[in-house]
Amino acid sequence: MPFARYVEPGRVALVADGPLKGKLVSIVDVIDQTRALVDGPGSGVPRQQIRLNQLHLTKFRLKFPFTAPTRVVRKAWTNAELNEKWADSQWAKKLANKEKRAQMTDYDRFKLTSARVKRNRARTAAFKTLKSKAARSGIFGKNKIPKKVVKKPRTKKASTQKKTPAKK
Amino acid sequence: MAPAQPKAAAKPSEPPAGGVKKAKVGKPRNYDLGCGVVRFSKTKMFHKKNVYNSGSGTVPDFDPAYALDSVILVSCSILTPVQFSFSIPVQTSNSDSCPAFNFNTATGYGSNLYEDKAKYKFIGKKNPKAPKAKKPVVVVKKIGGDNNGGTRTVLIKKRRAFYPTQDKVPKRSHHKTFSKHVRRIRKNLIPGTVCILLAGRHAGKRVVLVGVLPSGLLLVTGPFAVNSCPLRRISQRYVIGTSTRVDLGDFKLPEHLNDAYFKKNKKSTKRSVKRKQGEDIFASKKEKYVPSEQRKADQKLVDEAVIAAIGKRDDKKVLRGYLRSAFGLRSSQFPHRMRF
Repeated sequence: MPFARYVEPGRVALVADGPLKGKLVSIVDVIDQTRALVDGPGSGVPRQQIRLNQLHLTKFRLKFPFTAPTRVVRKAWTNAELNEKWADSQWAKKLANKEKRAQMTDYDRFKLTSARVKRNRARTAAFKTLKSKAARSGIFGKNKIPKKVVKKPRTKKASTQKKTPAKK
Repeated sequence: MAPAQPKAAAKPSEPPAGGVKKAKVGKPRNYDLGCGVVRFSKTKMFHKKNVYNSGSGTVPDFDPAYALDSVILVSCSILTPVQFSFSIPVQTSNSDSCPAFNFNTATGYGSNLYEDKAKYKFIGKKNPKAPKAKKPVVVVKKIGGDNNGGTRTVLIKKRRAFYPTQDKVPKRSHHKTFSKHVRRIRKNLIPGTVCILLAGRHAGKRVVLVGVLPSGLLLVTGPFAVNSCPLRRISQRYVIGTSTRVDLGDFKLPEHLNDAYFKKNKKSTKRSVKRKQGEDIFASKKEKYVPSEQRKADQKLVDEAVIAAIGKRDDKKVLRGYLRSAFGLRSSQFPHRMRF
């Protein structure tokens, strides 16, 4: 399969390493095989060279001519609503969740665990009712299973779920 | 520092060492105070001349006010050497011409001080010493009995009766022992903080910090009703302080909850104690720990305050569950990367 993203003028990349880590930049010019000239007027990054192995290419590409001045890059950036699009992307959301997770205190982690326990219990209970219903109606085979008194699930309704993470 | 032969007042016509083309107008700044003591030392004079010559190259006009100032200023510095010479009886030929040096007048006079006032009166004068009464060393005591001579001289201060052959080993009280070390507690460990215990029989439990004892050990409690961790001492090394904090308000630990209170009674296991009590010294009898009534009462007192503080919070139910649960690390969790 051919590459879908190239180091090319206008390509938006996430800085993965170095002092600018986590910032979004746009490639303006390719200096050589290892370096590129980047600019990030929308993310507070001044125009500078950066090593390509510090960049992670995104799917976004801005439209501006090769070696365009910052003014032009800024205009393309705002017109494309790049910051909004980036924040909306799955990649950015994952990063945000990662950050949120790292900032959790011990008490937060406990709350998260107990919320997940609650959710999982509710889900299991729902699944089991569906399963037993299906079994009774004969979906799994001809043998119908007689109705049994199903034990009440141990959890309350999952209405009190707190701070559920993005993770499923 | 000074020549042995005392000079009379220095002649004003004597040119300074720097060499001056003009006729001398002022008076020499340095002069003999008598007894071979010169007002300024050689070094001082050298510096003074330098200061004078560095300006325009010519000797400035003599300013009496300046001279007066300088004399007053310098008089302090000359006090010490002059005083020192008091103690030495100096034999000079012209002792009559050296009246007692009066510091008050010496400081007060400016221009002609060196000519007629710097006379030493103290030379040859002797202060008679007041005779000191000698303290008696012995006492003559009367003694009864016919053949005892009637009296005996006795030393007031008895001589030592014991002459050790070896010096005593001095006690080293100045040594910094561990008990004297300054205790510093981590900043986040404030009473009310929820801590994770890392060692001991209650390791892994989340407990509430109640106070810090003078020994530097932390005093924690479960509370006992929540996770069955009693009032307990633990080193701050074996504790992770979390950012969760219970507001204990103005709760104060009772005075008697000190380090001695928590010390274990190890005497009963000692052989010497067992021997006294007539028990088998080799038998390792296991005594079951039973908390005293005092302990139970104290536990209740402290736990009440902690539980009340938890009850005031909105998340009291969750917090209770939090305290009830034990801490543990899951996969890809590293304590040095985690926030607590």
